[in-house]
Amino acid sequence: MPEIATTVKPEQEEQSMWDRVAASHEFRDLMATKKIFIVPAFLFFLVYYFLLPILVGYAPQFMATKVWGNVNLAYLFALSQFFMAWAIAGLYVRAGDDFDEISKDIIEKSVNGEKGKGE
Amino acid sequence: MSAPLMMFLLFIAITLAITYWASKRSASASAYFAAGRQIKSWQNGVAVAGDYMSAASFLGIAGVIAFQGYDGFMFSVGWLVAYLTVLLVIAEPLRNAGKYTMADVLAYRLKPRAVRAMAALSTLTVSTFYMIAQMVGAGALVALLLKGSGISYQTAVIGVGILMIVYVVFGGMLATTWVQIIKAILLMAGTLLLSILVMAHFHFSFATFFDAIGHVTYHDKGQEVVKDFLQPGLRYKPPYGPLELISLGLALIFGTAGLPHILVRFYTVPDAKTARHSVVWAMALIGSFYIMTTFLGFGAATIVGRDFIGTHGGTNMSAPLLAQALAGDIFFAFICAIAFATILAVVAGLTISATTSFAHDFYTNVIHKGVERKPGEEVRVARISAFVVGAIAMMIAIALGPTANVAFLVALAFAVAASANLPVIVLSIFWRRFNTAGAVSGLAVGLLASIGLILVSPSLMAIDPPTVTGAARHLIQAKALFPLENPGIVSIPLGFLGAILGTLLSHEPTSAHKFNELLVRSNTGLGAEKATASH
Repeated sequence: MPEIATTVKPEQEEQSMWDRVAASHEFRDLMATKKIFIVPAFLFFLVYYFLLPILVGYAPQFMATKVWGNVNLAYLFALSQFFMAWAIAGLYVRAGDDFDEISKDIIEKSVNGEKGKGE
Repeated sequence: MSAPLMMFLLFIAITLAITYWASKRSASASAYFAAGRQIKSWQNGVAVAGDYMSAASFLGIAGVIAFQGYDGFMFSVGWLVAYLTVLLVIAEPLRNAGKYTMADVLAYRLKPRAVRAMAALSTLTVSTFYMIAQMVGAGALVALLLKGSGISYQTAVIGVGILMIVYVVFGGMLATTWVQIIKAILLMAGTLLLSILVMAHFHFSFATFFDAIGHVTYHDKGQEVVKDFLQPGLRYKPPYGPLELISLGLALIFGTAGLPHILVRFYTVPDAKTARHSVVWAMALIGSFYIMTTFLGFGAATIVGRDFIGTHGGTNMSAPLLAQALAGDIFFAFICAIAFATILAVVAGLTISATTSFAHDFYTNVIHKGVERKPGEEVRVARISAFVVGAIAMMIAIALGPTANVAFLVALAFAVAASANLPVIVLSIFWRRFNTAGAVSGLAVGLLASIGLILVSPSLMAIDPPTVTGAARHLIQAKALFPLENPGIVSIPLGFLGAILGTLLSHEPTSAHKFNELLVRSNTGLGAEKATASH
């Protein structure tokens, strides 16, 4: 059936464009750059956050230790979570500019590459 | 006419004007569902904050802190840090790979009809449950806030329902966005003012303020009690308290990034970079707000007191009563109007996410296999379904009545989002081997586990004394089978397990084959949906 043959063909070409990008040096570089930031940041956030319910839940006496006037460890640790979240978000935005630059390169190259092939 | 009612009407007039303006710019599908993807990063950030900070935050958390001190502040922490999951894992891939709904990302390389049907079911479950919780709360609140205006619970529910339907039907995503932006600005302004007034009461001395928190006096069963409200343990007590805290944390951290009404907001911006910046804007606002719950909650505990709040409307009235105590009736009216705006913005966001999912996922892509039979059909179906969803939510809220226990519906929404939606989105983006069977079983297991565990939790199962009557009674009069109110600690691993087992037990080479396409697109934005020109 010829209709099926023509509809399948561009699909396959499209696929190969994606595969080419996925295998390219730039794309691997992008994934590595992202991983180096995101994986440690996410793990740090999980550990830091879950320490709060674990400590408050299982060591309430310790967390009730007064640090400044009536302000205790539990409140200060909870408050520090907000600054932890903001700090990671700030660092991520800075790292994100690098991601955008590499992505822009990849998109330009792949679009130009496809044009060149068509001509 | 009372001052709160006047401020309510003013807010309604402004939002209706915006809806009229937006209605002329919401003709095409991309304009209606995604505001033409033209929303700026700060606007979207403020709108995310407005979509997210519900009456449960403003009135609920202030109330929990006022009554149970530090343990209530634990909610505040979780509600903000959860945005790191949205920022680091979800927002950008979602924007790059999808069009209008979270199911777009799943349908990218999986069999579209099967995953869309399940994803639409899960989205509609989360949105309608959350909406019913908001509407019952809204009805009770509006009736309470406007006490003396002769507005009953039913009238309030119908009023809120009609307004949210009007915003969504006529103004689409653009009107919803601006209602959320205005509400967020009002909420921040009101909270900041209230916090400054609380500190002024303590002569701007943190030492005095925290000292007062250390000696909160109230009556419990006729006995005078003095407690340090900054100490943990007033709400979460052994034996299950610690587990409950961890389970709640899990539901917030993984659930926020799976809430459909938050996810759809990232389709309204031009690209992934803007999506990223908008999350940071949202985090700045949401974080500042939740830090200020310190002043709202502990301020109400120390200045107004549990005894007075308990006899003047209960926990939810803590923030408005604090406003009244500090600055009189006009400020009370202002804070009430903010609470009202808060409710409206959130229910409008829920309505549009439910209707988008129904029209785009279920109607166009499941029933009609991705083909619009007539131009504009998808938007027309969405408008009709907004009516239907709104009407159903109104009827259920009226049937349940103002005394119904609905807090569990919010826990349920987060549990389903965390146990069903999040696992399949994450696995779809990051796991090459993932396939349709895995997505369907992951969504089904996560959904059923969350609903099942909540059904047998202390929220719905308990033995009430005969003095408790009507809708306030627990649904099942027996000892709870599952000890926690938040099922996340069990249902989230089950959701992941369902998705992983479903994948491993089936074979679908096409999904692995298309993985590179999704990987490249979600990480670089190559081929992502572009912003549409405004006309």
